[in-house]
Amino acid sequence: MTSSILFNITTLAYLISMLIFFVFLASRIKALGIAGSATAFVGLAVQTVAIGLRWRESYALGVGHAPLSNLYESVVFFSWTIVLIYALLDLRYKYRIIGAFVMPFALLGMAWAQLGLDSGIQPLVPALQSNWLLYHVITCFLGYAAFAVACGISIMYLIRENHEKSTSANEQSIVATFPTSRVLDDLNYKAIMIGFPLLTLGIVTGAAWANYAWGTYWSWDPKETWSLIVWFIYAAFLHARITRGWVGRRAAWLSIIGFAATIFCYLGVNLLLSGLHSYGG
Amino acid sequence: MTNNERTLSQSLWDFFCSLKLTMFLFITLAVISIIGTIIPQGSPSPEYLQAITQNKLKLYQSLGFFDLYHSWWFMLLLALLSVNLVACSMKRFPQIWKTITRPVTVMNDGLEKTLTNLTVIKASGNAAELRDGVMRVLKTEFAEPLRTEVNGVYHLFAQKAPWCRLAVYFVHLSVVIIFIGAIIGSLFGYKGFVNIMEGEGVSKVMSRSEKEIDLGFTVRCEKFSVSYYDTGAPKEFKSILTVLDNGQPVPGYNRVSVIVNDPLTYKGITFYQSSYGKAGEYHFTVSDSNGKNPIDLVVNSNSSAKLPDGSGMHVLEITEDISPYAQGLSGPAANIEVHTPKGGTRRIVVYANHPELNMQQARQSGGPLFQYKGGKERIYTGLQVAKDPGVWVVWFGCFLMVVGIYIAFFMSHRRVWVRIQNGTITIGGNASKNQGGFQLYFERLVEKIKAQLSAEENK
Repeated sequence: MTSSILFNITTLAYLISMLIFFVFLASRIKALGIAGSATAFVGLAVQTVAIGLRWRESYALGVGHAPLSNLYESVVFFSWTIVLIYALLDLRYKYRIIGAFVMPFALLGMAWAQLGLDSGIQPLVPALQSNWLLYHVITCFLGYAAFAVACGISIMYLIRENHEKSTSANEQSIVATFPTSRVLDDLNYKAIMIGFPLLTLGIVTGAAWANYAWGTYWSWDPKETWSLIVWFIYAAFLHARITRGWVGRRAAWLSIIGFAATIFCYLGVNLLLSGLHSYGG
Repeated sequence: MTNNERTLSQSLWDFFCSLKLTMFLFITLAVISIIGTIIPQGSPSPEYLQAITQNKLKLYQSLGFFDLYHSWWFMLLLALLSVNLVACSMKRFPQIWKTITRPVTVMNDGLEKTLTNLTVIKASGNAAELRDGVMRVLKTEFAEPLRTEVNGVYHLFAQKAPWCRLAVYFVHLSVVIIFIGAIIGSLFGYKGFVNIMEGEGVSKVMSRSEKEIDLGFTVRCEKFSVSYYDTGAPKEFKSILTVLDNGQPVPGYNRVSVIVNDPLTYKGITFYQSSYGKAGEYHFTVSDSNGKNPIDLVVNSNSSAKLPDGSGMHVLEITEDISPYAQGLSGPAANIEVHTPKGGTRRIVVYANHPELNMQQARQSGGPLFQYKGGKERIYTGLQVAKDPGVWVVWFGCFLMVVGIYIAFFMSHRRVWVRIQNGTITIGGNASKNQGGFQLYFERLVEKIKAQLSAEENK
C-alpha cells in the first residue's frame, strides 16, 4: 500500500531531521538549523498525505473510517501532532534548536509504529462507530503533543539553567547556543497554554461521547481518571505560574512530570490497567 | 465581636483564599485519583481479595478505597476545591471589576513608572492639533480614545477587550456549575439496566443501586440482531424497539432501531444498546431408566431443574439439527449436565429423534432416562437505562470552561495612554497577557503615530 511506503519515508525524514539538529547543536552552522526544520516540515507534509491515503485505503477495503482506531494509528497520529505543534512554534518564534529535543519524540513514535506495531487496517468495532471519535482523538492528541513539546523545552531549560549557573557566560559550548533560560521558560508556558485548552476540550468531547454512547459522562474509568490527573497537574502548573511566579526550575519539573503522566494516560493505562479504552486509542 | 473571633474568621478566610490550598488540592486529588486506578473499584475480584492480607482489606474497606471516588473524604476534597476557588475569585474580583469599569484614564508619574512600554516623541505645533492627530491614529489603528484635560495637559486613553479579564472567573464558575450538574444528576436521575426478550416489553428497570424503577411506559424489543464483518469481528448490534404508552405504540417511537452510539430517548429516559444474550425454554420427559413413571420437565436456560431422584440438571447447549455434528443422526438434541445428590457430575447428549440412544445411555449410567422434546430459544437485548436531568447543566459548565480558558489564555486586555504637554507626547501601554506580542504591537502603533504627525506637519 502506498501509505505504508510514505510512512516509512516520514520515519526516515524525522530521523534525518533529528540527526541534522544534532550536528547543528555541535557545529552551530545556521544553515543546518534551517535544513533540520525543513526536513521536519517535509516529513510532516509526507505524513499528512500518508494519513489521508490510509483513510482512503480504508474505504477501498470497505471498512472506511478515520485512521484513529487502534494503537498503530494513534501512535502515528501522535507523531504527526508533535511535529505539527513544533512547526507552529518554529514558524512563530524561530528557535530552531528546540527541534533537537522535540524531533526525538516524533521519531520514537514513528519508529515504534513502523517496526513494532501491527499496521493492518481493521474494521471499526461498534463502540467506535461515531463522529465523536474524530473530535475526541484529534483534540486529545493535539493536547498531548503540545505537552510533549513543552517537555522537550523543559529538558532544554534544565540543561541551560545548569550551564548558566556553573560556567561563565562567554564560554563556547553547545549549550551556549540554546535560547536563554528566560526564553525557554516562556516557551514552556506557551506550549502548555496551547495544550491545556486542547486537553480540556478532549476531556469534554470524551465525556460528551461517553454520555451519548453509554449514558454516563463520567464513570471514573482509569483512562478518564488519568486524563483528569494530567489536567490537575497542568492546572497546578498554570496556577502556580500565574499567581505566585513559580517560574524556572520547578515549572520545568512540573512540565516534565505532567508529560510523564500524559504518556501513562495514553499508553500505561491501556497496557497496565483495564477499562473502556482497550482498543488502544 | 471580640478580637479573637475576628482573627479566627480572618485566618479562616485567608486559608480558603490561599493558593497554597489550591496547589495542595490539585496535587492531593491527583495522587488519590492514582490510588483509585491501582486499587480495583466497585466489587474487587476474589483473586484480588485473596492476594491481599486481611488487615489490608479491613483498612481499605474502612477508608472506602473500593469506592474511592464516592467516599465522603473525596467529596470533601472536591467541596474544599469549590470553596477555595469561590473564595479566591471573591477576593480578587472587586479589584478586577474596578479595572474594567473605572479605568485609569490619566497617565500620571506613578502609572508611567510601572509601564514597560513607554515612548516619548518631541513634536512642535499646537497641542490640540497634536492631540487630534494622535486620536485619529488610535481610533483607526487601536480603539476609540477617551479624552481628558487636566490643568492644560491633554490625556488620551484607549483600551481593547477589558472584559477578557473576567474569563478566569467564568472558568472558576464553570467548575462549580459542573459540580451542580453532577449533584442534580445524582439526586434526580438514575442509571439502570434491563434485559428485554425479543417480542416482550418491560415497564420496570433495575437501577445500579438495585432498586426497581417504574418507567411509566413500556419498551418492547421487537427484534435483536448482530451483523459481522468478513473478518468475523462484530459490525453492528441492533435492537428494534417500540415505546408503548397506555398500551399504544407512541407515534415516532414505533420500531426504532437502536445501535451502539445511537440511543433512544423517551420522556427524558435514554436506552443504550449494551449487550445481548440467549434465553431458552427446553422440554424433556424424564422417567426411570426402564421407562416407568415419566414426567414432563421444563428447564430454563440459566437455571437448573430438580429431578425425581433428587439430582439436578441444566442445559448447556442445544441444536435444532444434530446431523452436522454426528454422522447418521438427525433432529434436535440437547447437551445437558446432571448433578447427582452425591456430588457427581456427568454430561450427556439427549436426542429427540433417537430414543434408542437415550435408552442406551440410561442403561449404561444407571440414571434416569431422558427424552428431549425440543425447545424454544429466544434472544434478548441488554440495555443501559439512564435518566440525568443534570446533564445539560454539565454541558453548559463545560462550554463555559472551554470558552473561558480560551479567552483567558489567548485574549489580552490592552491599554494605551497618551499625554501631550509642552511639545512632548508621552505614549505608554500595557497588556494583561502576551507581553512580547504587545511590545511589537506597541512599537508599530508608535511608528504610525509618528508617521501621522510628520505627515500633518508637512501639510
